[in-house]
Amino acid sequence: MTKGTVSAPGKGHLRDLRRALVGFLTSHMVTIMFVALSLAALYISGMNSLLYLTDIIARISRNAFLVLSLIIPVVAGMGLNFSIVLGAMAAQALIIFVTHWGVTGFAGILLCAVLVTPLAALLGYLTGHLFNRTKGQEMITGLILGYFAAGWYQFIFLQLVGGIIPMNNPILVLSSGVGIRTTVDLTGGLKYGLDNVYRLRLPEMLIIVGVVGLLYQAYQLFRSSGDRRLTRSRLLSVALPVAVAVAGLLLLTSGSPLRNVRIPVATWLAIGGLCLLIHFLFKTKLGQDLRSVGQDRHVAQVSGIPVDQVRITAIVLSTVLAAWGHIIFLQNMGAFSTYGSYEQVGMYAIAAILIGGATVTKATIGQALLGVFLFHTLFIVAPAAGRELFGDAQVGEYFRVFVAYGVIGVTLAMHAWKSLLQRRQRRELEE
Amino acid sequence: MAKRMRELVRDLGVPRLIILGFFLILCLMALVLGLDVAGLMSSSLVRIGMNGVLVLAMLPAIACGIGPNFGVSLGILCGLVGALVAMEWQLSGFANFFTAILLSLPLATVVGYAYGWLLNRVKGSEMMLATFVGFSMVSVMKIAWLVVPFKSPEAAWPIGRGVRVTISLANREVAQLLNDFWAFEIGGVTIPTGLLLFFLACCLLMWLFMRTKTGIAMYTAGDNPRFAEAAGINVDKNRIVGTVVSTMLGGVGILVYAQSFGFLQLYEGPMFMPFIAVAAILIGGASIKRASIAHVLIGTFLFQGILVVAMPVANAFTVDMSSMAEISRIIIQNGIILYALTQTGGERT
Repeated sequence: MTKGTVSAPGKGHLRDLRRALVGFLTSHMVTIMFVALSLAALYISGMNSLLYLTDIIARISRNAFLVLSLIIPVVAGMGLNFSIVLGAMAAQALIIFVTHWGVTGFAGILLCAVLVTPLAALLGYLTGHLFNRTKGQEMITGLILGYFAAGWYQFIFLQLVGGIIPMNNPILVLSSGVGIRTTVDLTGGLKYGLDNVYRLRLPEMLIIVGVVGLLYQAYQLFRSSGDRRLTRSRLLSVALPVAVAVAGLLLLTSGSPLRNVRIPVATWLAIGGLCLLIHFLFKTKLGQDLRSVGQDRHVAQVSGIPVDQVRITAIVLSTVLAAWGHIIFLQNMGAFSTYGSYEQVGMYAIAAILIGGATVTKATIGQALLGVFLFHTLFIVAPAAGRELFGDAQVGEYFRVFVAYGVIGVTLAMHAWKSLLQRRQRRELEE
Repeated sequence: MAKRMRELVRDLGVPRLIILGFFLILCLMALVLGLDVAGLMSSSLVRIGMNGVLVLAMLPAIACGIGPNFGVSLGILCGLVGALVAMEWQLSGFANFFTAILLSLPLATVVGYAYGWLLNRVKGSEMMLATFVGFSMVSVMKIAWLVVPFKSPEAAWPIGRGVRVTISLANREVAQLLNDFWAFEIGGVTIPTGLLLFFLACCLLMWLFMRTKTGIAMYTAGDNPRFAEAAGINVDKNRIVGTVVSTMLGGVGILVYAQSFGFLQLYEGPMFMPFIAVAAILIGGASIKRASIAHVLIGTFLFQGILVVAMPVANAFTVDMSSMAEISRIIIQNGIILYALTQTGGERT
């Protein structure tokens, strides 16, 4: 940095501050804009907090797994993986067959998850090969691949099932005997197969999370035997779980209807488990390879990492996770449109992770979770806000669709703009 | 002979041969099934003229180096705005059609300029950005269509604000305006003379433009940016020129399309239209970096030909096969784009 040498100390300090502020704003622009937008929409809509909270919990537990499945390819430098749509299609295919076989509840979900794995892995493997032939253009390839695969999906489920692939099921198959109906109802079958394994009320959940957090902190303190001084960060890490637990207790004793909001524990455990899995994956050899390939393909190649194979692995993992994520999504929805549900999966998941602050080259678990929360907040309140503002809920509905596309466009443009700024800065430094 | 065959396969590419084979098989089946061949040829000609200008819009984009214009929906939106204003002014017939074109051109110039400026900032990922700029603008305009204060009875909803989802052009004597102009019949085949003439005139203008000084500079900027820079050509400026021309053609293209179709399609309508145009020029033999007028003509003919012939052939089998035409369109359209991406899209490690 050259700044110190050219200006007085006071001025330099101010400039540092300004630069830090500008840096923070530019790197968190999308998230900041979104928080403001969501708050404004929430305020305008005048929505009831109970309704909102019930809805947002349902939506987070429905969608978080899918959004988390995007992280690995981003780290591997392949950008936002639009081809998770293929995983979603595989999941839908298996759900249709498992519903046909009549396996219900948690057993059905498990069967789906097990059987979808090889199928999604195969699709991911093929996608990975395709991406290796279109390096640098993975995102547009993934997007088009999604549309291409949709053609084959429609071919299989409209033309082959009931004909070449026998299926005798008047509920699922069209009256002509060939082709699956446009909507598949999972009620009495896989609906809530995972969610209903175990449900806890919100205050109880908060207390348990608080206690577990406290125990974990105690274990950490016990392990770091040498230094037992009370630092500020240590105090904070104890205060947080205590606060959560106390909030839970307060909620339990209060008469608020919020205390009856129920949490689908098994689904949240699956999401938490995936977070841990991703966290530890990046500490393994494979995780390090993924990172190196993401940072610089050429350097990674020279240092002996099989770049192409690592990239294929990233896409296989992402596709399989997306398939599982879509099963979680659909068991919560309870019904799906056979030829439509997969279409928006990629777009919305990607918009969500970007809103959380992820970029084309960087994505974390926190960003994914924050993004799901913010994106779905807007999704819940936008129609109501549109009705209040324009007297037309349709405006709000179109607006949230625009937001999904717009946020992806803005992020892609900003990514390119930022690398241009970096290039310019580097040139300034050289001069 | 075998060597020449292999060269042919290499030049055309396997997917293009499959598509060509598919088309020939469809034609053969149409003959065997005793379908109305003259009718099929008539509708093929209409579909070619109808889509041709939109496909032509891809040419300046590819030539100037931004690649196939996945964001041509911006131009389409400009054309739709022009058509709505012309309708609001109570114009009919050719006055309506050409007013719509004249209104959409300056609009498309401004939009295309801004869009080209943006694409210059994202070199290397233009296709992706173009797609999302297109998607976003179509969504913005969906909101706009709900609130715009147009009053003409064909366009506006009878109650409330906003414009209809599909707007009939028949009352304004715009529907099939070009198609019926000087149309005549040979052996049962109707030739939509006006439509084909308009399309060919656009192609001719494009051909002439590519031979002007600007056109050559634009082509050089797209073909070899470094060489162009060294030769004193402003690459960024020429990319904007190409983008503007492409956007303008998009506007004209949708007006030609709409007059033949008989309706303006708003809201979701323009969303996926760019993909059809991109696929058509790629089927014609263009790549992401290289295209010519011949590619436009061949591609439009092949792709639209398949779409026209596939429907009745599929229907001839069973009722259940009716969705087969649409499915084959999706597979062909996206398959050829994927193929083109694998050919020139990637950088090698």
